[in-house]
Amino acid sequence: MIPASFDYTAPTTLADALAALAQGGDDAKILAGGQSLLPVLKLRMAAPGLLIDLGKIDELRGVRREGDTIVVGAMTTHHDVIADPLVREHLSLLAKTTEQVADAQVRYRGTLGGALAHADPAGDLGAVTVALDAQMRIAGPNGTRSVPAAQFFTDYFTTALAENEILTGIAFDSFAGWGAHYEKFHTVSQAWSTVAVAAAVLVAGGTVTAARVALTNMGPTPIRARAVEAALVDGPASDDAVRAAAQAATEGTAPVDDATAPAAYRSHLARVLTGRAVLAAAG
Amino acid sequence: MAKITVAVDGTTYQDEVEPRMLLVQYLREKVGKTGTLIGCDTSNCGACTVLLDGASVKSCSVLAVQADGHEVTTIEGLAGINGELHPVQQAFHDKHALQCGYCTPGMIMRSVCLLNENPHPTEAEIREGLNGNLCRCTGYQNIVAAVQQAADALATAGGAR
Ligand SMILES: Cc1cc2nc3c(=O)[nH]c(=O)nc-3n(C[C@H](O)[C@H](O)[C@H](O)COP(=O)(O)OP(=O)(O)OC[C@H]3O[C@@H](n4cnc5c(N)ncnc54)[C@H](O)[C@@H]3O)c2cc1C
Ligand code: FES
Ligand code: FES
Repeated sequence: MIPASFDYTAPTTLADALAALAQGGDDAKILAGGQSLLPVLKLRMAAPGLLIDLGKIDELRGVRREGDTIVVGAMTTHHDVIADPLVREHLSLLAKTTEQVADAQVRYRGTLGGALAHADPAGDLGAVTVALDAQMRIAGPNGTRSVPAAQFFTDYFTTALAENEILTGIAFDSFAGWGAHYEKFHTVSQAWSTVAVAAAVLVAGGTVTAARVALTNMGPTPIRARAVEAALVDGPASDDAVRAAAQAATEGTAPVDDATAPAAYRSHLARVLTGRAVLAAAG
Repeated sequence: MAKITVAVDGTTYQDEVEPRMLLVQYLREKVGKTGTLIGCDTSNCGACTVLLDGASVKSCSVLAVQADGHEVTTIEGLAGINGELHPVQQAFHDKHALQCGYCTPGMIMRSVCLLNENPHPTEAEIREGLNGNLCRCTGYQNIVAAVQQAADALATAGGAR
């Protein structure tokens, strides 16, 4: 399978990429790792006239510290996210989740920014950004803006990014010292989540003092399980208490019925996996 | 058309390609390296795996233009100059880690990368590390055994290459 013809440009600066995007209009498409876009083009589900490859823009790659904030460049590959010492120290939920994305080959090419911009409801990384209240840094023709993760994902495969904008980085607060776990249920080892749960918790003397929980594939966008968080905080990090809190996981969700799983089964999974994720995170 | 310069198995090629040409097509049809196979053509099976600057990638999901300025190693570039097999190739032979052989070039290229990342993998790490490569014949058992043999051989030889 071969994509329809397109023109190709690989600018070396963000400014040039934005200019190419402005000029290309809605016929232009950003290419990051290509792990979602190229299959779409090969199936001819899309046929853009111009691909703007961000692969040669060094400023979009890598993880850096800005005071108390950790910024992951949009073009940082899954492989490099997992290996990064700042990510491992401050964002272990991101590291542990990214380890479960796809397979090694896809992780060498696919990028954090590409996965988030693609916004597949079964994609794993959106839930991490929603759980950790990440800020999406976006550049456009009129300058830059920052959008909280909870407002970035708007619908199935749809984000707050405008056609002339580029996601440049993802900014996180430090979660050093928090326990973290991503509990993923999938039917094939290299594949997408049927349902999954991202959890990060702080435990002091057996009591949960802070909790972040978000769900993958329980609706069109990643969903923060605030009812679970509220039920956990100030309670014991015990098996019974966590499993009781996890019963609230389906509040505010809208799971689909599809060939992989009926909606009712997804709801069951959400409760069970939330319990497992929080217990594992509490260690 | 776009101009690209790519090193493939130690030889540098300069070519004009259509931007939509996939790396696997470029390798097979322009460079003539038909050892790299196309299986699913949908980025699932791993048959098309090659090394791009040492990193295992699925060449059906990379554009040839994205390889511009980079180095590609295919299954045809693994053996030594006198034809002696790479320790991973030798191990697949010794352990009978193939039946039809269709998955083998990709399986071997991913295994080479896996052993560079982790020279002493556990059985679980080997299975996890190869989960982007599908085999319809072997049941994987002998593939895992081959990677274990290759790990030992490389350790004795003083590191991967
Ligand atoms: C076999 C396979 C299994 C997979 N399994 C999983 C899995 O288990 N979990 C999971 O989460 N993902 C999975 N993925 C997807 C993988 O994570 C991809 O890497 C990711 O979805 C897309 O990232 P990319 O960098 O390849 O983006 P691309 O494919 O290059 O781009 C994806 C989309 O985002 C847009 N885009 C990319 N970057 C930007 C940017 N900086 N600004 C604006 N728009 C941008 C592109 O225009 C395109 O529309 C899998 C993929 C494959 C092929
Ligand atoms: S042919 Fe590339 S992954 Fe199957
Ligand atoms: S040996 Fe036939 S597919 Fe693996």
